[in-house]
Amino acid sequence: MARAVTTRRKLVFTILGWSIGFLIFFPILWTFLTSFKTEGAAVATPPQFLLFDWTLENYHEVQSRSDYGKHVMNSIVISVGSTLLGLVLAIPAAWAMAFSPTKRTKDILMWMLSTKMMPSVGVLVPLYLIFRDWGLLDSRLGLVAVLTMINLPIIVWMLYTYFKEIPGEILEAARMDGASLMKEIVYVLTPMAIPGIASTMLLNIILAWNEAFWTLNLTAANAAPLTAFIASYSSPEGLFWAKLSAASTMAIAPILIMGWFSQKQLVRGLTLGAVK
Amino acid sequence: MGSITLEKVSKSFGTTSVIPEIDLEINDGEFVVFVGPSGCGKSTLLRMIAGLEDLSGGRIIIDGKDMSSEAPAKRGLSMVFQSYALYPHMSVYQNIAFPLKMDGQEKSAIDKKVRDAAHILNLTNYLDRRPGQLSGGQRQRVAIGRAIVRQPKAFLFDEPLSNLDAALRGNMRLEISDLHHQLKTTMIYVTHDQVEAMTMADKIVVLNAGRIEQVGSPLELYKKPKNVFVAGFIGSPRMNLIEGAAAEKHKASTLGVRPEHVQISKTEGAWKGTVGVTEHLGSDTFIHVQTEGVGKITVRTDGDFATKHGQSVFLTPDPSRLHLFDASGQAI
Repeated sequence: MARAVTTRRKLVFTILGWSIGFLIFFPILWTFLTSFKTEGAAVATPPQFLLFDWTLENYHEVQSRSDYGKHVMNSIVISVGSTLLGLVLAIPAAWAMAFSPTKRTKDILMWMLSTKMMPSVGVLVPLYLIFRDWGLLDSRLGLVAVLTMINLPIIVWMLYTYFKEIPGEILEAARMDGASLMKEIVYVLTPMAIPGIASTMLLNIILAWNEAFWTLNLTAANAAPLTAFIASYSSPEGLFWAKLSAASTMAIAPILIMGWFSQKQLVRGLTLGAVK
Repeated sequence: MGSITLEKVSKSFGTTSVIPEIDLEINDGEFVVFVGPSGCGKSTLLRMIAGLEDLSGGRIIIDGKDMSSEAPAKRGLSMVFQSYALYPHMSVYQNIAFPLKMDGQEKSAIDKKVRDAAHILNLTNYLDRRPGQLSGGQRQRVAIGRAIVRQPKAFLFDEPLSNLDAALRGNMRLEISDLHHQLKTTMIYVTHDQVEAMTMADKIVVLNAGRIEQVGSPLELYKKPKNVFVAGFIGSPRMNLIEGAAAEKHKASTLGVRPEHVQISKTEGAWKGTVGVTEHLGSDTFIHVQTEGVGKITVRTDGDFATKHGQSVFLTPDPSRLHLFDASGQAI
């Protein structure tokens, strides 16, 4: 029997749903609004919601003080680069584990995930020293390498789950139909795996884009991505809320826009086999 | 041509033997059904013939050639899977054309063969659709179409109807039988459903725990089951298997009598009992009777036979249609 839903009940839950949604979105909205305020208005009590003098001054100021373009480029190179490198390493790994598993496959997967259980700060000092000795500090190459390592377990896990969803019988059908291994990969496996690979890629670009611990600790000026760009507006120069907000808005805008357009893929990525 | 011979074929996973040695002869153009309870090794045997599972021992000879270690595609067989195993990203047309494309045939030849197959299977209007947009029965037909176009030596069906609802299953059963008459190609069909086996097969192979219990035509199996297992497996409702005094009277350890070979009367008969559950199917009535000393007996009688729960009845088995089995379960 379907559960009876009264109009009042519907109304209450609709309001509740929207309120929670608004609450979650509020920090981003507030940051966005603050970025158009003067520094004075940004810290005013009581806070001003919409009725303040809108200004673009913060954006001018941020633009003139730091090289936004360079940070964006760094962010793109680091997030896309580490994701692509991760995929190159993870696709064969996940493939092997999904289609010819051994007794130890589950253990290997668990072991990979266990590397995510240690707090990053635990390996900061050794990694920092290695980076210093190898001349990788403040380099894009170094960050691509470290972010690839950080996100590799997640990439392998996601891909593994996707590949697992491809029924083995379809591959057997292809074999019966006379497809060689190469043709099987080109005509059957890859087209079926592309949605999974795409959502894994999108999610990891976002994770890498927002990663702040390693990007802040291992960069100074040359390789600094947008996370470092935002951070530069906080502590060292005192708290300039309006400028910090403008920098934050500019930093999250590209990834927010990308996320908006790839919503469908992302949601599928996040619910991972939850719905068959 | 499409004759298949299994010579001492065996399969084991690690130390567990799934199929001890099996010998079997399948003639060209025959419709052979492998039937047995789940886990009896029938699907494994089919997959070994297809080349999807390696043999642990023995040989598979197709049309006189030893194909035991050939790749699946080289054996010239087509398979229809239980899950249909269609390529979800391809249209119906592309699905059916796929084996021909892999074979490197010319586009115009492919087109003709695909359209011919689609015509036979009533799929002409669906060629542009994706498998996801089709019903279960249509998907099954696409899977069959993909198997037909290769003009294989034999078709292998792995429980192809078990995902369909009852009505559709009946239809598809007829369609596959029809197809066999049209194409006259060897077909090997795996099912756990003895009704499918009885209705479609030229020859039934009854499997149990990896062993062949009996090979024969449907009526042979029905009339002369070699052992208790086949007797109980073939026929619906299943044969009444009676042990104890009633069996000893006939110098047997187990006495078998089919529900349709038991007379039921309200006044007189060999065994007295009380009526339990009665199943009215319209054409037939199945009556489950608890008898004194003989145990539970199922009786099949005409559709209008009226009984009440708890009523006293008398049963008489047809003496010319009794099946006798010795202590090891073999027919006497």
